[in-house]
Amino acid sequence: MAKPLRTIVLTVLLAAWALHATAELPAADTENRTGAAVRSTTTADHSKFEQLQGPFSSGPEVTEACLGCHTEAATQVHGSVHWTWRYEHPTTGQTLGKRHALNNLCLGIVGSYERCSSCHIGYGWEDEHFDFSAQYKVDCLVCHDRTGTYEKFPTGAGHPAYEDTMFRGRLFEAVDLAHVAQNVGQTSRATCGSCHFHSGGGDAVKHGDLDSSLLAPSQVVDVHMSPEGLDFNCSTCHEFSGHDQAGSRYLVTAAPQHGIAVPGRESDRPACQSCHGDTPHARSIHDKLNQHAEFIACQTCHVPEIARGGLATKTLWDWSTAGRRSEEGMPVVERDAEGLVLYDGMKGDFAWRENYPPVYRWFDGTMRYTELGETIDPSRPVDINRPEGEAPRNGTRSNGARIWPFKVLEGRQPYDDVHQHLVVPRLFGRDETAYWRGYDWTRAIEAGMAEAQRTGQTEAGFSGSHGFVETRMYWPVTHMVAPAEMALSCEACHSAGGRLEGLEGVYIPGRDRHPLIEGLGWAAVMLTLVGVVGHGLTRAVMAQRRRRLRLGDDAGDAS
Amino acid sequence: MSRELIFTRFERFWHWTQAVLIFGLLFSGFALHGTHQWIGYDTALRAHIVLALGLIALWAFAIFWHLTTGEWRQYVPTGRGLPAVALYYAYGIFSGETKPFVSTPAAKHNPLQRIAYFGFKVLLAPALWISGLLLLFAAAWRSTALGAVLPLAWVAYVHVAAAFGLLVFLIGHVYMAATTGKPWYAYLKSMVTGYQESDQAPPGSEREVYTPQVERGSKS
Repeated sequence: MAKPLRTIVLTVLLAAWALHATAELPAADTENRTGAAVRSTTTADHSKFEQLQGPFSSGPEVTEACLGCHTEAATQVHGSVHWTWRYEHPTTGQTLGKRHALNNLCLGIVGSYERCSSCHIGYGWEDEHFDFSAQYKVDCLVCHDRTGTYEKFPTGAGHPAYEDTMFRGRLFEAVDLAHVAQNVGQTSRATCGSCHFHSGGGDAVKHGDLDSSLLAPSQVVDVHMSPEGLDFNCSTCHEFSGHDQAGSRYLVTAAPQHGIAVPGRESDRPACQSCHGDTPHARSIHDKLNQHAEFIACQTCHVPEIARGGLATKTLWDWSTAGRRSEEGMPVVERDAEGLVLYDGMKGDFAWRENYPPVYRWFDGTMRYTELGETIDPSRPVDINRPEGEAPRNGTRSNGARIWPFKVLEGRQPYDDVHQHLVVPRLFGRDETAYWRGYDWTRAIEAGMAEAQRTGQTEAGFSGSHGFVETRMYWPVTHMVAPAEMALSCEACHSAGGRLEGLEGVYIPGRDRHPLIEGLGWAAVMLTLVGVVGHGLTRAVMAQRRRRLRLGDDAGDAS
Repeated sequence: MSRELIFTRFERFWHWTQAVLIFGLLFSGFALHGTHQWIGYDTALRAHIVLALGLIALWAFAIFWHLTTGEWRQYVPTGRGLPAVALYYAYGIFSGETKPFVSTPAAKHNPLQRIAYFGFKVLLAPALWISGLLLLFAAAWRSTALGAVLPLAWVAYVHVAAAFGLLVFLIGHVYMAATTGKPWYAYLKSMVTGYQESDQAPPGSEREVYTPQVERGSKS
């Protein structure tokens, strides 16, 4: 009796243990992926390092400590566009990067370094004399912080707040540098996002596909980055090698050629094809979806809307209305019911939009910029940047251009209305020439353009007279990839008035008709119908009449 | 009243299968063209391809059948008797005249039908097939030398224009073939049963009745 009982108890216990163990496994796995380390993935615990015990009084001190072991890190960073803010475009020959390229958000960085360099991976870029060769000026922590407590102060020239400081109504707490230094690790969505989600002056402002909703997105918002799923970091696709990252919006890999990325072979990372290959769609009776990939970017169907994460992105920035201040001299700020800023005395009028369709252009990956000093036609909206590329000519393979989605940011910004070129005003600064102190466009533009000449950005001067010109910027939409079932339907483009209305260089069934064929065709169909109905009715009427006549005859005979 | 087998079992199978396929192709085709939105684009595309492949297979059989049986001669246009039939449909039919044509197994189609069906087979169908196959396999040729001289849009224009032609043909065909018999549904019925019940052309009617003969045995 006792023996069977013991067996049963043992079996039950074993089963319970087995169930418990299998239940544990996925949970442990998930924890691992969300980063709450069950088992550390690194071989070093930085909190045990003597060099990192602190105290540290400034960021550069931490950097010196880092460089004690990571001897080549700063040199590597010095070669990266994150540090140089300079990009020599191999196709257009243009010198771009944040130091040179214009935009229609805060227009350009010259003269406003202290403010703009709050997104530079360095410390102390406060004027044009910044030493780009100084190793200790590299900011390791902004990318490698794992505590979430390290934040660059908006006007600190790249430094965090070392003591509690207010900025436009928000408190930036003093950072505990030793704590941050002891907890460094791999980059994360949060570290990349600390700049890229907030570019253009605030959360979700610039890109429309990069905002703080990507810190922990649902699978609907981003099928790759969601902690519910694959939990990708930015660097999962934007691979870094020696602190140099893959992917550039000046030279986009618009039509990847290398298929799935195989170690040791050339790869198109971060292109979709690097993982999904060139023919990711299941064939049905036809293979049209895979064939579409030759001339349509994956993003065109699989990122169906801009700003899908619940945060509106800026669609208009009108500088021409800036300057309104209260009686106390403070810039006026107006918000809509949801708190979005519609007017800011420092910046002008804004418009915002979320979850809306992109515009589509042929794009071969090359962005051509309108440079400072380049002559413009102010009677039309000026493209600050323009995606290059056109449809492949008949009978040729793809020329590298595919149809890509873009967020278009409309702008209205100052230009020299005598010399007919765009200008960069000095927005931020400690003296009255800065627009945000003196609110005088002429002085701000003079200061900005003088600075641009000093740094060699342009030789163009400022006539002293300015107007405001409409501008446009194109931002490729590539993040916030939706789950497959949320991809655009065929009808989105294969219909009159659909997403690709007006896009030239391609025949799209359902969108395109030949007006003559359509007109003659329907005319012939209608004429035939009318003819047939007329013929039939006449027959019926005549037959009716004959019958009546016959009846009449019969009646006559009978009488 | 005599009963005579005009349409063999194969012909009836061929005709009605073709009818279903063609109506399906027109419906799905105009969905692809954006004329109506009663079915989704993806559904329409897959249906259109399946129906087209089905029609091609059917036609392969039909062409083989027509060649081996010599029945292809039924579709050779003739001018003889054409004015009479044309005049009948333009005038005589209204005053109840007798149709100046009687179908026989050897000559199933009146001269007007011969011209219409011949045009369908020689012009419309090849235009639809060739342009349709080119559209289906566009990925295979658009980047070749053929693509350089033949823009995809032109192929699509031909396909759409031929589809309009087909629609016009169908309207006329359905009206003539399904409603102009005696009684009005007589032709429709014979296309279903295969038999023609002919009391409609009493021998010795006033008009000359021309019945072209298929010359059997001389397949040169």
